[in-house]
Formats: sequence, structure tokens, C-alpha cells
Amino acid sequence: MPDLLIELRSEEIPARMQRKAAGDLRKMVTDALVEAGLPYEGAREYWTPRRLALDIRGVPARSKDVVEERKGPRTDAPQKAIEGFLRGAGLSSIEEAETRSDPKKGDFYVAVVKKPGRTAEAVVAEALPAIIRDFPWPKSMRWGAASRQPGSLRWVRPLQSIVCTFGPETEEPVVVEFVVGDLKAGNATKGHRFHAPQEFTVRRFEDYADKLAKAHVVLDAERRKEMIRHDAENLAFARGLEVVPDEGLLEEVSGLVEWPVTLMGTFEEAYLELPPEVVQLTIRANQKCFVTRPHGGGNGRLSNHFILVSNIEAKDGGAEIARGNGKVVRARLSDALYFWQTDQGDLPDLPALEASAASLGLDLKKPLDQRMAKLDALGVTFHAKIGTQGERVRRIAALAEQIAPVVGADPALAGRAALLAKADLTTEMVGEFPELQGLMGRYYAGLQGEHPSVQAAVEEHYKPLGPSDRVPTDKVAVAVALADKLDTLVAFWAIDEKPTGSKDPYALRRAALGVIRLVLENGLRVDFLDVIRNHHALNLDDKAKGASQVEVSVGDVRHFQSHVDLLSFFLDRLKVQLRESGARHDLVDAVLTDTSDDLLDITRRVEALGAFLDSEDGKNLLAGYRRAANILAAEEKKGTTIAEAVDLGLLSEPEEKALAGAIDRAEVELDEALGTENYAHAMAALAKLRAPVDAFFDKVLVNAEDEGVRANRLALLTRIREATLKVADFSRVAG
Amino acid sequence: MPDLLPQMDPKRSFQGLILTLQRYWADYGCVILQPYDMEVGAGTFHPATTLRALGPKRWNAAYVQPSRRPKDGRYGENPNRLQHYYQFQVILKPNPSNLQELYLGSLAAIGVDPLVHDIRFVEDDWESPTLGAWGLGWECWCDGMEVSQFTYFQQVCGIECAPVAGELTYGLERLAMYVQNVDNVYDLNFNGREGDEKVTYGEVFLQAEQEYSRFNFEFADTAILHRHFDEAEKECAALLAAGAPDEPGALHRCVLPAYDQCIKASHVFNLLDARGVISVTERQSYILRVRSLAKACGEAFLLTDAGGASPQDAAA
Repeated sequence: MPDLLIELRSEEIPARMQRKAAGDLRKMVTDALVEAGLPYEGAREYWTPRRLALDIRGVPARSKDVVEERKGPRTDAPQKAIEGFLRGAGLSSIEEAETRSDPKKGDFYVAVVKKPGRTAEAVVAEALPAIIRDFPWPKSMRWGAASRQPGSLRWVRPLQSIVCTFGPETEEPVVVEFVVGDLKAGNATKGHRFHAPQEFTVRRFEDYADKLAKAHVVLDAERRKEMIRHDAENLAFARGLEVVPDEGLLEEVSGLVEWPVTLMGTFEEAYLELPPEVVQLTIRANQKCFVTRPHGGGNGRLSNHFILVSNIEAKDGGAEIARGNGKVVRARLSDALYFWQTDQGDLPDLPALEASAASLGLDLKKPLDQRMAKLDALGVTFHAKIGTQGERVRRIAALAEQIAPVVGADPALAGRAALLAKADLTTEMVGEFPELQGLMGRYYAGLQGEHPSVQAAVEEHYKPLGPSDRVPTDKVAVAVALADKLDTLVAFWAIDEKPTGSKDPYALRRAALGVIRLVLENGLRVDFLDVIRNHHALNLDDKAKGASQVEVSVGDVRHFQSHVDLLSFFLDRLKVQLRESGARHDLVDAVLTDTSDDLLDITRRVEALGAFLDSEDGKNLLAGYRRAANILAAEEKKGTTIAEAVDLGLLSEPEEKALAGAIDRAEVELDEALGTENYAHAMAALAKLRAPVDAFFDKVLVNAEDEGVRANRLALLTRIREATLKVADFSRVAG
Repeated sequence: MPDLLPQMDPKRSFQGLILTLQRYWADYGCVILQPYDMEVGAGTFHPATTLRALGPKRWNAAYVQPSRRPKDGRYGENPNRLQHYYQFQVILKPNPSNLQELYLGSLAAIGVDPLVHDIRFVEDDWESPTLGAWGLGWECWCDGMEVSQFTYFQQVCGIECAPVAGELTYGLERLAMYVQNVDNVYDLNFNGREGDEKVTYGEVFLQAEQEYSRFNFEFADTAILHRHFDEAEKECAALLAAGAPDEPGALHRCVLPAYDQCIKASHVFNLLDARGVISVTERQSYILRVRSLAKACGEAFLLTDAGGASPQDAAA
């Protein structure tokens, strides 16, 4: 069967868009084929910086004829209905319709519409212009003289030529003719911009890929990646080095070249004084080059050789290219070194920082302290309604000190760390590379001799940044990380800026999840409602505090509702977190009580309850509970009398006596186990109820004839419910 | 091209580089303009680009534009950063379909061989919030160094470009440092002579860099600057109002002088920014104020002859 070849050649497509665009093209074209009744055998897409290509195999030359029947109105239907039928079926007169009979319906019209099959060429010629016009580029543009007119063709960058050929292996393929914008589809394309600028014609995919390869274009991106990876490793290996792996960069670089030629450049070893992260980021972000390190890892140290990927086979073997790139890398590293050294020196205008330093308790002899004083003195806004960064840091520091004892951290260290945590925002290095925030703070904190826990906290207080990010374990870091996130949440709740639907511009869900992971993974007991309330009152609500140095423009209403609301936001996030970790999130509601605000406790209850409900005893007890609850609900509805308490004297059957005794014992055990938060014991105590409950339902008739006996037995059922309620509200267990 | 004196070789002299580019684009058919006589942050601000990018008329121009970025001042101590530097600007409306080839031809003209040097078009979406302008294009890299910006204007002064113009901006000092192979901008050979006759970039501009850095960061009177900003903003609006068409269909009579005031406001804003007296929140509002001036000027320009309006058509 014939094959279809499509190439859309344009000016340079942004690397990050190529892969998806090629996939979109495949999907849109194959969908159009299938829709038109042209199933295909296989399709594969390709991309380079200058082209999207599509190779579709085994497309039928023609779609099958289709006969459609359309039922019409009865032959004696009003003229209007018949006219409508003719219009809908595309018939010009009623003579073209057939008449059929049906015992129920009588005589009625049927339009038999024959749709002759179409050639694949016609289908493609019709589909492609629409696909090109509606292509889902993230951002597209108009160009050239045609852009005078509204509605002119858009593409990611100017589209230069279109190849579209179709034909079986054994024959010369034909050009599928269509026009879009100023472009006419044909069979001509061009190779590498510099090595093979002449136009050439292509027939089918093999011929196309072959000629492109001769014209210095490696069509397959995976192949380009492998070439780069292989050559880079060889270049590094020859010098006793290894390439620091960077898949994201490899993907990007493979989208910047059609003919990858890998080269090695160098810079002065003096620049290795910089933190390796800075060297890598400078070289990666600005120059899109790979860094190398001594073979075997180098203990975090890099080498002064880097790998660059060029797009040409240079006449001089790449000497000029390597030299030029080295020059740019050196200039960038020299900037970075300047930032690194400047950040370790004094700021020029120290006297202007004294007020801030005094109010924050900073030591202006230390560079990072100066940067924090500057952050405060600049009055940089954090959020218009919440206040400045300086105010925020004060709040975080106060909260970190307050939380410190709860997490087992030294309050003084926590306060100090919180005070320095945001200081690197005003360093030159973070100004240039915002993604290094935290990390640079840690380096600078280390250089001025801060306590190791303070250093760790300065770096890690942003963590965890997502579900897969590491959770800090240093206690001081935990305190500051919690304080940072809680402050953000309380502050945004106070001004009623909460996430809605897919909108969460301040990443508040992430902050809440961060808090949850910090608490659970470090096994922390925190009374959240207290913390939220206190933080709000002491640090955010200046009205409540009277004259305060912390001026925050939050409303002056009592914020109780917002606190409860924030707590329930936490609980919702906890459910999400439990669901994602494979736990039973439906059990959260079951274990919650009016006063639950301890996430760790809630989680432990959920875990124990989940394990119990998975056991044989648990399943049966749940069934017994439900039976009891259903009976009680039905009787309560009927208004049947239920005794206030179980009267032991009215118990006659051995099974009901046994159950009453079992409940008494279980309750004692439950109280003891719950008192010591030993949830495994609590579940074991509950488990002991299973046999007596089963036996009770097996042998004892609740609906006894004697009203007193019945009321007493119902009271016994109430006690089953009460006993289980000590652990969880079983009525909220799903399933 | 007729033979040039050896000192005019773009690889030997800064001015040779400029003249070669001018010659190349003159040969293509551009009008070669001289720099606009006002302080601007980039060649794009020249009315030959900002305003002429609007409207339906054909327009091909090239010019050098001294550009001022007060914040980039380094007191002459940084080998790569200047608060005053030259851009070479080319604007072709509508963009010809071979604009990339034309650009590469200009690099060849200054001696950059694309089979020795690695020339690349790397994604760069250009946006000027103050001009209400955006376009798609690339940074053009030569051996990893960004030497030009290449943009297809989609919108200018908040107005859709119809047709689209192609804009090329060459960073002349960078390009010259590259072709002359020097590491410090102040070491560039300006006139291509050697020995006593040689004039370096530093001899021409180092003192200015030092003095303007002091002015930009320390001496500029911020109260005066604030006043200048307000006055320019007021004057721009007043001129646009004064020249507005007096009857429906008539032409606007005073756009270019109004646009000068917009340029002025923009530069004053950059100076205030360098002096560090604009807070983060204020910054946004200043940008918006300049943008609304640019927008008003762009709209008025469409009511002029150069903007493609014709009073006869309107009357008919």
C-alpha cells in the first residue's frame, strides 16, 4: 500500500516546542485519515530545528464507497416535512427517494445516498491546509507581505516549504497538491543551512531521510541525542573526565542542531573557586554547554573543561568555535566570580542599614546580615495586602522560635536561621540566578561561620518544593521550613486569597502539602489550630497586638472562621496526600473529631484503622456495626423506645450477656490504649468485640416481643456504636 | 564592493564594521538614517522603527543608534558592560521572505564565515513593556555569543503590525570584540590605524562611561527627574490633543513631537530606576504610564500620511 511523506520546513523552531509539535502533526494527520475512512499501518514523526516530518505507511489509495440510508417521513406527510427531508438528505426531488413500507409505519420515503470513496490524495489535500492553519503552537506569528491581510497564515516562525508525496513503493510517488498561504506543496526541500543550502527533490521517506543525511541533516532527534552523548563521553574520557549527566540539556541541545558536532572548550581553573552549582548553571543556562568532572565523580568538584555542541563541521576542525565559546564562558564565569566575591564583601551604604539591623538584631559586620538589612531597608513588597519582605521575615522568625521547642530545635538557632533565610534574595548571585536562592544563602552563611544547622535551614527552608522533593531533617531547618510555609498560609488566608479550582498563583497547596510532609515524615506533633491562631494574633493582626512594629494590613475582624477554614484546607490536602501514597483517604473523615488538628495523630489513626479494616476481624466488626446502626436507625425512625442504659437484669440470653461484658472490657481497654495513643492496642481491643457481636446477631432476636427486653437490646446496640465511636465514626467509612 | 583601505576592514576597525554594515544594507535598498538625536534605551525607540513599523506602507531603513541603559554603567571597570553603546538597527517592512539569508549575508560581509563559525538562531521572544510591543524571533549566536537580535514584530504601541516588519539589531561592540578578537571593549581599535594613529574605544568612551556612571547612580537629581517625567508625560498628551484631527477623516498634525516626549519619559524613567528610587510596585505603574503614551502616539501615527492615512480617501 502507498506511503505518505510530509515535511513542513520553517525557520528555526524553538527547541522546547519541537517534540510536541511533531507529535501533534502525527495525531492530526492520522486522525484525519482515519476519519476519512483511510486506516493506516504505521506513522512516525521526526523533527529538527528547521522541520517537522511525518512518515505514514500503508495508507489505502482510496477509501471505500459508503452507502447511507436515511429514513424519511411517511409518503402522506405534509409537504413541509417532505421538503425538509429532501434538504437534509441533499436530494433535489422526491423522485430520487425510494419508497418503502413497514407494517407499523406504512409507506415512507428513504433516501439512499451513495458516498463514493475518495482518493487518499484528495483527503490529504483537503486536510493538511486546515491542520496547518489550526496548528496548536503555544505561540505563533504572522510574517511577510501576506500579513497585510487579516487572517493570514500563522506558524511558529515563517514556514518556508511543504513537501507532500504519496505513492506505493514500486512506483514514483506523486505530489499531493494543495496550497496554504503563499506555499504550494511539492517535493522539494533543502538540507543543512550552511552545508547544503541548495534545493533538492525527494520521493519517499527512505529517499528523503537518505538525501537529508547527505545534506548534513540527522532527521531523528534520538539519533542526534545519541551522537551527542557518545561523542561527549568520548571527548571527556580521553582527558580522564566524565560528563555531568543532564538529560534536559541534551534534549534541548538536540533541538538546536541538525548536524551535531561535539567539541570541548576550557576555562581557567581559578573559576572553580565558585560553587559547582554556580559554574554548572552559568554554563548551562547561558551557553547550553555540559560541564565535566574528574572520572569517578570528583567529590562534587568540576573540571575546567566543558562540552559544547555545534551545528557545523567547521573547516578548521572547530578550533575557532571552541575558542569563541570558551571566551563567552569565561566572560560569564568572570561575572559570576564578581558576584561571588561582591556578595562576600561589605555593602556600600552601611549606615543606611543600621535602623533595619538594630530592629532585626542583625550584625552588620557580617555580609549576609547586611543583605538581610538591605532587604528590609529596601521595603520590597512581598504582597501588597500582606506587606514587605522585611515584615515577613520578622513573622517567620517569631514563628520559627515558637515552633522550635515543638520540633526539638534550639529556638535561638531557629530564629537566627529564619532571620538569614531570605537574605540571599538581595545578593548579586541570586539576582542573576534566582534558582540558586537558598543554596547561595547556605554558602554565604557557611563563609561567615554560622552554625551548621543554621546553614542547613537557610538552604532547606524552601523544601519540600513538591511531592518528590526531599523533606528537611535537621530540626532547625524543619522549624524554619514550617514557619515559612505556615506564615504564608496564615497570611494569605487572612486576606482571603485562597486557591480556587486550577488557580493557585501563590502555590498555597504546595505549601500546605509541604507542611504535611514535614510533620508526617519527621513525626511531629503540632496543634495546628493553636499555632495558626497564635501566629495570626501575635504576628499578623496588628490591631490585636496594639502598637506593633509589624504593620500588616489585614482586616480587623476576628479571624476564627479563617482559622477553621485553613485547618480544613490542611485536612483536604492530607486526604490528597494519603490517597497519593496509597492510603485510605476516606478514613480521614472517619477519625476526625471536632478538636482534631494534629495531622500526625490523624494519620496514625487512619493507618491503624486502615490496617484493622483490612483484617478479617475488622471487616466483620464493620459489618456488625452497620447492622447495629441500621437497626437503630430504623427503630429510631419508628419511634421505638430505646433504653437509656443497658439493664443487666433484663439480659437473658448468654450471647447478650457475653456481649455486654465484652463491651465493658473493650471500653476500658480502649480508653487506656487511646490515652497512650497506642492505636494498635485500640484496634486489638475493638477486634475482641467481633466474636461477641457476631454471636449476638446470630443467636439473639433484637425485636423481642417484650417491649422492655427490646428496648434493652437496642440499648446494647447503642453501646456497640458508642464503643466504636471512641476510635472512629464507622458510619463515615466508605465501601 | 570597491576596494577599501585596509584600515576599513571590519576586522580591524570599529568604524569599518559600522560602515560595512551600512554599505551592505544600503546596497539592499535601505534608507541609511543617522542616529536619532535623543537619548533612547535601544534602536527600537527611534521613530524610524517604532512608528514606521505601523501602518501599511513599505519601509526599509538602517541606522546606528547610540543606546543608553543607565543601570548597566560600571564606571568603565567592566570589560563587557556599558551604559552607552551602539546598536545597528535594520527594519524591513514587510519582512522579505529571505530575511535570514540577508542577515547571514551581512555577517559574511563583516568576515564571519558560517563554515568556520557556528551561527545559530536560538529562541527569543522579544517584548517591550514600555512600548507595548512584542514579536517572535531569535537571539543570533556566533560561537555561543549573542551578536544580534532578530524579531518579527507582531505588535507595536499595542497595535497589530499589518504587515509584519522584520527587525535586526546588531550589538556593535560585541560583534566588533568578536571579529577583532579582543576581550575588553575598551581595547577595540576604533579607527583601524596602528601605532600613534590608532584610536581605541577606550580613548573615545572610557571617560564618558565613568562620568555617566557617576551621574546615573549618584549625582542625577531625582527631584528634577521626577519633574521631567511628569512634564514629558503632560506635554506628550497635550501635543497629541493639540494636533488631533479637527474633523472626522482629517490627518493628525502633531505626532512626531509628541512621540519625542514619550521617548524622553522613558529615558527619565530609566535614570530614576538606576538611581534606585523606584520601588517594585511603582516600577510597574511607571512602565504603564510610558506605555499609554506610546500607545496614544501609535494610534495618532496611523492618522498621518506616513502611517498610511489619506484624507482624500477619508473624505470620499
